[in-house]
Amino acid sequence: MRFKQTLGLAFAAAAMTTVAAPAMARDTIQIAGSSTVLPFASIVAEEFGNAFGQFNTPVVGSGGSSGGLRQFCQGVGANTIDIANASRAIKSSEVESCAGAGVKQILEIQFGYDGIVFASRADKGTFALEPKHIFAAAAAQVPQDGKMVANPYTRWSQIDASLPNQEIILVIPASNHGTREVFEEKVIHAGCTTYPAIKAMDKDAQSQACLTLRQDGRIIEIAGDYTETLARLQAQADAVGVFGLSFYDQNRDRLKVATIDGVTPSLETIGSGEYPVSRPLFFYVKGEHIGVIPGIEQYVEYFLNDQVSGFGSPLEEAGLIPLNDEERAREVADFKARKAVQ
Amino acid sequence: MSNETLSERAIIQSRVEKSLRRRHARETRFRLFGLGAVMAGLAFVALLFISILVRGLPAFWQSAITVDVFFDPAVIQVDPQPVFQTGESPQAFREREIAWQSQLTMVNWNRIMENSIIALKPELEKQRRDVRALFTSSERFRLRDMVIEDTSLIGKTVKLDLLADANVDVWVRGNIDRSLPDSQQQLRAPVRDLADALKAEGVLNIKFATPLFTNPDSRSSPAAAGLAGAFMGSLFMMMIVIFLAVPVGVASAVYLEEFAPRNRFTDLIEVNINNLAAVPSIVFGLLGAAIFINWFRLPLSAPLVGGLVLSLMTLPTVIIATRAALKAVPPSIRQAALALGASKVQMVFHQVLPLAIPGVLTGAIIGVAQALGETAPLLLIGMNAFVANIPATPFEQSTALPVQIYLWQGNELRNFFEARTSAAIIVLLSMMISLNALAILLRKKFERRW
Repeated sequence: MRFKQTLGLAFAAAAMTTVAAPAMARDTIQIAGSSTVLPFASIVAEEFGNAFGQFNTPVVGSGGSSGGLRQFCQGVGANTIDIANASRAIKSSEVESCAGAGVKQILEIQFGYDGIVFASRADKGTFALEPKHIFAAAAAQVPQDGKMVANPYTRWSQIDASLPNQEIILVIPASNHGTREVFEEKVIHAGCTTYPAIKAMDKDAQSQACLTLRQDGRIIEIAGDYTETLARLQAQADAVGVFGLSFYDQNRDRLKVATIDGVTPSLETIGSGEYPVSRPLFFYVKGEHIGVIPGIEQYVEYFLNDQVSGFGSPLEEAGLIPLNDEERAREVADFKARKAVQ
Repeated sequence: MSNETLSERAIIQSRVEKSLRRRHARETRFRLFGLGAVMAGLAFVALLFISILVRGLPAFWQSAITVDVFFDPAVIQVDPQPVFQTGESPQAFREREIAWQSQLTMVNWNRIMENSIIALKPELEKQRRDVRALFTSSERFRLRDMVIEDTSLIGKTVKLDLLADANVDVWVRGNIDRSLPDSQQQLRAPVRDLADALKAEGVLNIKFATPLFTNPDSRSSPAAAGLAGAFMGSLFMMMIVIFLAVPVGVASAVYLEEFAPRNRFTDLIEVNINNLAAVPSIVFGLLGAAIFINWFRLPLSAPLVGGLVLSLMTLPTVIIATRAALKAVPPSIRQAALALGASKVQMVFHQVLPLAIPGVLTGAIIGVAQALGETAPLLLIGMNAFVANIPATPFEQSTALPVQIYLWQGNELRNFFEARTSAAIIVLLSMMISLNALAILLRKKFERRW
């Protein structure tokens, strides 16, 4: 009967694991969201775990801004995440879906800025781009002689003689990334409205003309991380990719950054606003979880500490453009007052 | 007349010879094709292994700086370690202990590390920033933890191997093009010169990368990133698979094969088990997220959920392998047992199942090995998060080995993590190979022929 006994024992053990599991309170902060914010949040989480012996190290997941906020808005409770990282502000539709699931107290915290850079392979031509060049390379239709025609450009040098004679291949983030929105708003839209023919259109037609990207394979959308974009550049030597400043910074030996309107992206030029393509970085805290999951309050305060995310901090070293003192004080005060997104 | 037959015979002879030649040629051709296919397969495997080994093996060694670290009491100014007093509640003691530990955390450990280099080269006093850049940032917590373990260290000098920063490692080992101009380098020129000087003097050495095996993942100090957390996560999941999928799988196979009546219903079950075996693993992930996390409210990112999902995935493999093993037991054994008066249960558990054990074990081990390498379903239950702790129970958040490979593959510090990724692949592959070897060994040991 040996076999029978072993089988029975195994069943009992299996049943116990399954039954004992539910209703376990969680004591580790759970974070998910933007892959741009991920490196920063991970560094803070790790340092937080080391600095506060009484709390566990928070767990930081990826999934893009939209993916993180979707998880965030799934509801309240230990099996939902506490903090969503986002490289864009929360949308009103997301606030509604959150409220529908019972998440009513969404605390928005802005902790710094990030630049979006265009970079090509280090062994390829140097780009001095302007938003209108990028629009001309990416749009489905471009204005010519006052009329909209299907995008005729195949090489950068056809758009502007100053650009390298290189095949147009643009590797951009897919729409699950917050970066995509900034790319559309600050680059494509900005470049598009420099054309008088488009500027004259009414608003709907304008955004239609601006944001319809060409579908002939010259635009490659990347749903994954920047390493995937980098891998594309390694495979397709002529491609130009969209990266976060911090990613470019850590791979300067492989990438050559493009100037935008003549400004080279750097911590200084982005911090001063001289470089046009930057965006604020956020994380969203579930107010309902504060006091339930231990350490959330301390984590947020630690994150906003000047020594953690200010000038000369490890986050700045990792490529974050810190808030100035005024903004920092405002964020800290807003969090202390539990000022929720309406 | 005879002449005619002769020539006819010659014609037939030549025709036969021709067809024989053709058939032989066909056979040779087929053999060559077969051999070619095997060769091509082997070549691809060799290519894969060689490319991974070439890239990954160097990552098993990394730069460490061997220095005498003086735990300077002037820098480490903390209260004496709290001792448990009688009459004190454990809660209060824990609080005092944590307060003491955070005091220790505030100590400027970087200064202690800097001093250890400056003791060798006093002229660097003015370049503390460059000296600090040599060390990976988590080493300061290592020094702190050493003092928490043993406060008598304060005032003593200890010879330690401090891990060098990831970018220092990349520079010293030539993983970045050393001829690139300053603007494309990760390290400032003075740090690069300092690292080279220390290497020439033998202070900075390439040592075996123990952190790769003892540390969990790290992002704030990449040089200290290791596989321990992911390994524990995988181990917990494998244990759950072994305790869940194997007994359930074997039991259902035994029932279906030995006891169940043959009718439409059991046919349906059989077809569906085969279907289940063909379901893509990502579907199990979706199922796991919907059922275990949203419905049963099990924790996110926990090896428990991962183990349950992988058990579901492994179940059909175990059932199919066990049924095949049971089928291979000759019916004469069953008939003999029954003829001697054994009950059906006795026949199955005393005779048939023991004889089928080698096949069952092989199936189970291959199923477990398959589950060990599975990534897709784990991504959907949040196991692709960054976890800086080594999980102690299956309820704690964790990653798994294949997911860790995926995460390192996505790390932005490409120069350092390309090699680490391959090293992690080597670790995973060697685990798989040993599991498969175990399967072969067990089969050889228990195999019986009739």
